[in-house]
Amino acid sequence: MIAGGLQTDDVRDLYRDLILDHARNPRHFGKLDHTTHSAEGINPLCGDKLRLYLDVDPDETIRSAAFEGSGCAISVASASLLTDTVIGLSSSDAITFFEAVTAQLAGDDPQDDARVDLGKLRALAGVRDFPSRVKCATLAWHALRSALRQDKAPASTE
Amino acid sequence: MKQAQQRKEGQSAVAACRADFPALDQDVNGHHLVYLDSAASAQQPSAVIDAMAHYESHDHANVHRGVHTLSHRATDAYEGARDTLRRFINAASTSEVVFTSGTTESINLVAQSFCRPNLDPGDKVLVTHLEHHANIVPWQLVCEQTGAELLVAPINDKGEVELDALYALMSDKVRLLAIAHVSNALGTINPIREIIAEAHARDIPVLVDGAQGVPHMSVDVRDLDCDFYAFSGHKMFGPTGTGVLYGKEALLDAMPPYKGGGDMILEVSFSGTTFNELPYKFEAGTPNISGVVGLGAAAQYLESIGMQNVESWESELSDYMTGRLSSIGDMRLIGTAAHKAGVQSFLLGDIHPHDLGTILDHQGVAIRTGHHCAMPVMEYFGIPGTARASLAMYNNFDDIDRLVAALEIAKEIFA
Repeated sequence: MIAGGLQTDDVRDLYRDLILDHARNPRHFGKLDHTTHSAEGINPLCGDKLRLYLDVDPDETIRSAAFEGSGCAISVASASLLTDTVIGLSSSDAITFFEAVTAQLAGDDPQDDARVDLGKLRALAGVRDFPSRVKCATLAWHALRSALRQDKAPASTE
Repeated sequence: MKQAQQRKEGQSAVAACRADFPALDQDVNGHHLVYLDSAASAQQPSAVIDAMAHYESHDHANVHRGVHTLSHRATDAYEGARDTLRRFINAASTSEVVFTSGTTESINLVAQSFCRPNLDPGDKVLVTHLEHHANIVPWQLVCEQTGAELLVAPINDKGEVELDALYALMSDKVRLLAIAHVSNALGTINPIREIIAEAHARDIPVLVDGAQGVPHMSVDVRDLDCDFYAFSGHKMFGPTGTGVLYGKEALLDAMPPYKGGGDMILEVSFSGTTFNELPYKFEAGTPNISGVVGLGAAAQYLESIGMQNVESWESELSDYMTGRLSSIGDMRLIGTAAHKAGVQSFLLGDIHPHDLGTILDHQGVAIRTGHHCAMPVMEYFGIPGTARASLAMYNNFDDIDRLVAALEIAKEIFA
């Protein structure tokens, strides 16, 4: 018999309470009254699709953020956590978070990025052990970067 | 439950074939693998793996070309497989069995070689709402190229084609009906024999997408009287990159080649080229020889088990799966046709299919999640996707019990 695959980690670590809470009750779900930047994120493999809205001050502070769309628990929770995180940040700090979150999900040690404290975003770290789901978690973050860069094409995880 | 117990005690002799499939004997994530994704790609028995290895180790050379011994052996193996496939679907002649890379290429061949020269603006190609993308997009392309129109016959809430509406769409402008034998997303078995008769009564030729048909039931192309029947090797326990287009000889004969190259010609000069006879006219270039050898071995393997036996075992399993899944609270079955194969799409509560797929995988249970390359079907039901468990002859009642147990764990996590 062939033995293989993950044996030790727990799928419950992936679907921990914080993730399920944000998936079930996403924060900042909907549109904004005033949007300066927005981008669509599409994961063609899964069909996850979301749109991120930002209201960015002239001084580059993200005044407000919201999202809408449909997807799995991981992609919705990640988008919800993202909006919670970036409101009040400068655009460049938001990009630093994008880099830290995507690095964390790529398997790097989150402690290595001394520039930010990931805080509750560490709840996403469980996704690292499920390679097929990493793109679900990074989708909203790619949309954030596209929105801030004002890319024309939708952000894609492919 | 008593009935279920009796059934389990009577596990069919067909299920014993599981021991022939090495990939099924492994642990995944600490649990013995339960493979319920055969509609996406079926596992291969040792007979197929060994036949390909033997060919590669002893007989490999190019086919139809050399005078040397290995070339003869390779040609015999390749053409032997063609005759096995001919027998497997009861085609009249090996001229009617064209090897392709799979169902998708078989359908594209018919779209470009049969339809394209015959379509004028205002002509129609008819499909149904439950088709796989491979039986939609090739027709969209050829309609765009010719100015023809694609007509879509509707389905109902059970996932059955509305036959009256289908027949009503069969006008004298319809140049081809392309329809699945079995829906990959919903499991519906279309009454294709009746549908083909209705189409022929209106002089409409019919292509059957048989990708989900041949692995699960006996297919007799002459009894069906279909004009074309397309299927893939890897869904019938053979290798990927192989497939067949069956076509009636008179139709194939009148069609221009699909691709140009070596092996499909009799004579080439810059003043003109004479094409080879059937079926070689449609097999340009060096084919996937070892793959076809494996496909032939897969057909022989299925013949040794007997398609009638496969069909009745899977029907028993399918009933058991539907019953067990229905008993789970918050379960929504998608695809509840009266006549159905061992494919069940479903949604569980508000759990997204991808989350279900991950949790089940963690219990060693492999299912497919997503739109199953049938986005119009998902659109019809107003859902982004489903979880789908699909059976093959090597599955058994325990597999279904493991599926149900894993779904209960998913419910608990998302409770």
